[in-house]
Amino acid sequence: MAEITKEELRQPENLIYKKTDLLTDKALSYCPGCGHGTAHRIVMEVLDEMGIQDQTIGIAPVGCSVLAYEFMNIDMQQAAHGRAPAVATAVKRLYPEKFVFTYQGDGDLAAIGTAETIHACNRGENIVIIFINNGIYGMTGGQMAPTTLPGMKSSTSPYGRDVATMGNPLKITELIAQLPGTIYVTRQAVHTPANVRKTKKAVRKAFENQKLNKGLSFVEIVSNCNSGWKMTPRQSNEWMVDNMFPFYPLGDIKVND
Amino acid sequence: MKGNEAFAEAAIRAGADGYFGYPITPQSEVMEYLMAEKPHERTGMIVLQAESEIAAINMVYGGAACGKRVLTSSSSPGVSLKQEGISYIAGAELPCVILNVARGGPGLGTIQPAQSDYFQSTKGGGHGDYKMLVLAPSSVQEMADFAGLGFELAFKYRNPVLILSDGAIGQMMEKVELDEQRPRFTDEEIKNNTPWATTGKTKDRERNIITSLDLDSYKQELHNLDLQAKYREMEKNETRYEAISCDDAEYLIVAYGTSARLSQKAVDLLRAEGIKVGLLRPITLFPFPTAVIAKLADQVKGILTVEMSAGQMIEDVRLAVGCRVKVEHFGRMGGIIPSPTEIVDAMHKKIIGG
Repeated sequence: MAEITKEELRQPENLIYKKTDLLTDKALSYCPGCGHGTAHRIVMEVLDEMGIQDQTIGIAPVGCSVLAYEFMNIDMQQAAHGRAPAVATAVKRLYPEKFVFTYQGDGDLAAIGTAETIHACNRGENIVIIFINNGIYGMTGGQMAPTTLPGMKSSTSPYGRDVATMGNPLKITELIAQLPGTIYVTRQAVHTPANVRKTKKAVRKAFENQKLNKGLSFVEIVSNCNSGWKMTPRQSNEWMVDNMFPFYPLGDIKVND
Repeated sequence: MKGNEAFAEAAIRAGADGYFGYPITPQSEVMEYLMAEKPHERTGMIVLQAESEIAAINMVYGGAACGKRVLTSSSSPGVSLKQEGISYIAGAELPCVILNVARGGPGLGTIQPAQSDYFQSTKGGGHGDYKMLVLAPSSVQEMADFAGLGFELAFKYRNPVLILSDGAIGQMMEKVELDEQRPRFTDEEIKNNTPWATTGKTKDRERNIITSLDLDSYKQELHNLDLQAKYREMEKNETRYEAISCDDAEYLIVAYGTSARLSQKAVDLLRAEGIKVGLLRPITLFPFPTAVIAKLADQVKGILTVEMSAGQMIEDVRLAVGCRVKVEHFGRMGGIIPSPTEIVDAMHKKIIGG
């Protein structure tokens, strides 16, 4: 069989997948193996497929994804730590016809921003919240997060999280599902192609809900943090399946259609 | 109208798009008035009671980043909670109006009026090298006037404007003349006048990013230098003050807000005694009227500053005067308002006979 050159391969008819234009060409600042890049891609693909780039305003958090605006080719605001749901509330109230979402990690959303999260959800703000839960503070070097599992080691729980003195991990997603203002609450993952497809479907549903003015949609993505967990990417994904998923089970928690 | 109500009505008429607040005495009438007035039906203005002062100031951040006219109001302990957000707003260079109807502190302090937030208002308050443009009303009329002026200056400089009032001005009732209703910004005006605003990335422009973050120290220093240049520009263009009976003054009182009203009475009493006293009332606390005070220092024999605090503005007065004449402080704290006769006594004891 004749050798196929790269030039021959790069023909339009051979193109089966391309990076969405809603992701910039800037190299991601995330560690190799981290789930953030996939989550970014999913959200941007959904906005691209819905054709709403020019109507969308994203709110970046403080944490690993503080620089999300470097990678997402949409108008974005960078919020103070934990305050993204309050920021998004005002943006959506002032521009009710536009699409507004926050992209937040567990420290941002479930610790310092607990009040903003719960009250934006309880008011039923017509926004989308994307919540990346990797059970650790990645940006600051692997400290214990509100979602760190019992017994899990981190730089501030070096002997494992002792719930007697350090408190219990917070299942904030189950908590906000109780609130009348939330319309769609789901927990997904992005470690396998099948899960990527499910997550993309969930994110699409969340933005479709916003389009129909139905209320607040909340998509948690349980993710790995191989550097913070001190594992290889593969080990971290296996550890996530074995330890995170039993505590944070995947699937829809609330669907009000 | 009450000062707080006049401010609220003036904000609607200034074409405000959104108010975000949290109840605290003695400024709750601002949100109460707005809620009762249903500005959404009048102009489309949004009024939202937030879950905290922190949420409210971050809502202001979000709205300001969209090119909208947004504001919040609070009183001293609540304004302390807002400081993080104010620092972000200053860092991201966003326009907004913040009203502080100040009360006595520290801590929960008292609900009675005070002027002990001068340092917080003019020297930073939050983290980082930043300045707010600070307006100090001394009447209900100025409470109303400064809502519109505040937005004008905020958008002119892409900077937060603080209106530093106090519980006396907020609660007192006076006659007030209000401006006609100004229209809210149209989408077209926002696109043209605030091209940096996040309104959705259209094909004809690059994406807009609102952030105060730059991890590159060199670029962060350049950003800081730009901010400082802007503050110098404010000092050049926006210094406001009122000079009362200063032309022939041999002694001077420097006071703002409620203290200025009381000091004006004290000036009358002292002049009735035959003592030529003038009053310099700073209207902007940043930029501070340094030049005019420096000039008056060559003319007068002594200066008394009157503040409802332990003496905060006096530091800026002394910097302006530079030890050429005696500068002393008189004030009451804890929510107590000094009487004009107390001010007269202080002038005699600390300046004229001191």
